[in-house]
Amino acid sequence: MALVTDTPQRQDGRKARGSAARNRARNGGPRIGSHIFLLILVIYFITPLWWLTVASTKDTAGLFGGSGGPLWFDNEFHFFSNLQGLFERQDGIYWRWLGNSFLYAISGGVGATILAVLAGYGFAKYNFRGRAAFFGILLGAVMVPLTALVIPTFVLLSSVGLVNTIWAVILPSLLSPFGVYLMRVFAQEAVPDELLDAARIDGAGEIRTFFQIALPLLRPAIVTVLLLSVVGTWNNFFLPLAVLSDPLLLPVTVGLNGWQALSNAGSGGEALWNLITTGAFISIIPLIIAFLSLQKYWQGGLSLGSLK
Amino acid sequence: MATTTAPTSSHPAEAPNQVKHRPDRNYRRKQRWGWLFVAPFALIFLTFLILPLVFAFRMSLFTSTLATGNKFVGADNYIKAFSDPIFLQGLGTVAKFALIMIPAQMLVALVAALVLDNLATWASKFSRLMIFIPYAIPVVIGALMWGFLYSPRFGPASSIFGIFGLAAPEFLAQDNIFGSLVNIVTWQWAGYYMIIIYAALRGIDPGIYEAAVLDGASDRQIALRIKVPMISSSLVMVVIFALIGTLQFFTEPQVLRGVAQGAIPTSYTPNMYAFSLAFSYSQFNYASAISFALGIVVFVFSFIFLFLTRKQSGLK
Repeated sequence: MALVTDTPQRQDGRKARGSAARNRARNGGPRIGSHIFLLILVIYFITPLWWLTVASTKDTAGLFGGSGGPLWFDNEFHFFSNLQGLFERQDGIYWRWLGNSFLYAISGGVGATILAVLAGYGFAKYNFRGRAAFFGILLGAVMVPLTALVIPTFVLLSSVGLVNTIWAVILPSLLSPFGVYLMRVFAQEAVPDELLDAARIDGAGEIRTFFQIALPLLRPAIVTVLLLSVVGTWNNFFLPLAVLSDPLLLPVTVGLNGWQALSNAGSGGEALWNLITTGAFISIIPLIIAFLSLQKYWQGGLSLGSLK
Repeated sequence: MATTTAPTSSHPAEAPNQVKHRPDRNYRRKQRWGWLFVAPFALIFLTFLILPLVFAFRMSLFTSTLATGNKFVGADNYIKAFSDPIFLQGLGTVAKFALIMIPAQMLVALVAALVLDNLATWASKFSRLMIFIPYAIPVVIGALMWGFLYSPRFGPASSIFGIFGLAAPEFLAQDNIFGSLVNIVTWQWAGYYMIIIYAALRGIDPGIYEAAVLDGASDRQIALRIKVPMISSSLVMVVIFALIGTLQFFTEPQVLRGVAQGAIPTSYTPNMYAFSLAFSYSQFNYASAISFALGIVVFVFSFIFLFLTRKQSGLK
């Protein structure tokens, strides 16, 4: 199985090595100009993150005018006292928000991925009645701005009493037309019909064929769709902002935004700035780790939709 | 592979039989399984896409006042929306963003991807990851960070500009807020678009360049005459993503509003306007009309764009 599943990446890798070797031969060495250009880009993209890392080690006084300036560490190291502050502020509500973000992102992301895998496979490998029509509507739906749905979804959910519950965030997050589209494109190429027919001839039912034959072949696309939908839910701001009002149910994005508004208004006192920076710093770590550790999947996977 | 071959040995005799029986009824019955696979998604699709759309449309045809209750007004809300200077101004704002922000993001993403495609050093791999990383940062956190960086109280701008003996611009002043928002969005998304474009470049068969190299084409000519045309379908997809995202602009200005006092009104973009109509003024009917009108505008614009670029994208 391993051999079959890895085929798309292996081909990709071979091409990459081929062109790299040729480039080296052609240029005879590293290119200075290109590397300087990249260095400038990297500095631009990394500076805010560097600032946040440094800021998370400062107390409020240090943020306003520390000895090291905004882009360097102070003499005093306040990361752990900030951490403690996050545990103390409103009985550690920050950790509750972080936990909520995990809950929403994982249940919404996993749910959306399962639906997308099933539907993408169905669209790709069965010629059922109404397929073309449904898929056409779905392609149109990719272009419907999801934020345009937030207000009507809010009104609908409130009419069934689901507003201000975790379901108000999780259920709408299960919708991922783009995920279905990606899965269909990938399944069409990665799962050969002959293999499925062979399994059927061998007496495997449709469900068993799906789980034992198709699913392992779809793995690279599954990881990509999972990452995209987890990130989508984790980043979502408009939907939870609209449907949640109980502070204990907020995800970390909405919660920190609330702290920022509070600090700007001056009513919560200045002490919150250091908690905002430390809270923001901690909240971005999980996704950065996820992306770094899963790079071999998403780097190829993100281009899937455009190959056709 | 072991799993596929294992069952074969248990029913070797039946195999040829089933192949003969396959046509028509059996075939059609099998195809019905497709609906079963699609059904769970279809349910969510109906409940959270079609139903809200229909519902929003219905709501937008009514007004609700304390005195008269729900009253059918037909297209009145839309007539009101498309003659509402606040909504039109919001549409103008996002159109301006689309015209400036999308080319800015595309330029950064495309040039970075082309440069990376020509390199295979550890430094280029590292750069690729670092340029992409902002995508993993929630938009709210990104906007919060830039809010701090722009702020004259916290930010490094005054010391950086001080090196050159210049006064730092006031990023959060009303005149500069547009550029400041363009910068945040470019920072957040250019890396994601770059990865899509880069992956498409990697998908090109390198044999194609060899002929060009033999003919004496320079790197720049290869990039512009061969690579860019060959990845045009990816470019079209990226522009569509950027277009849909820009027209629904909400999170960044909403977050930055807190720090940039007075520079961003509550009705800065159509989505912000709909949000404040719904949740500050409880005008859900008119807010639905605004949402729906915005949805139509986005849909029409993406459709026009796809139509104009149908040759490049390969979509029919």
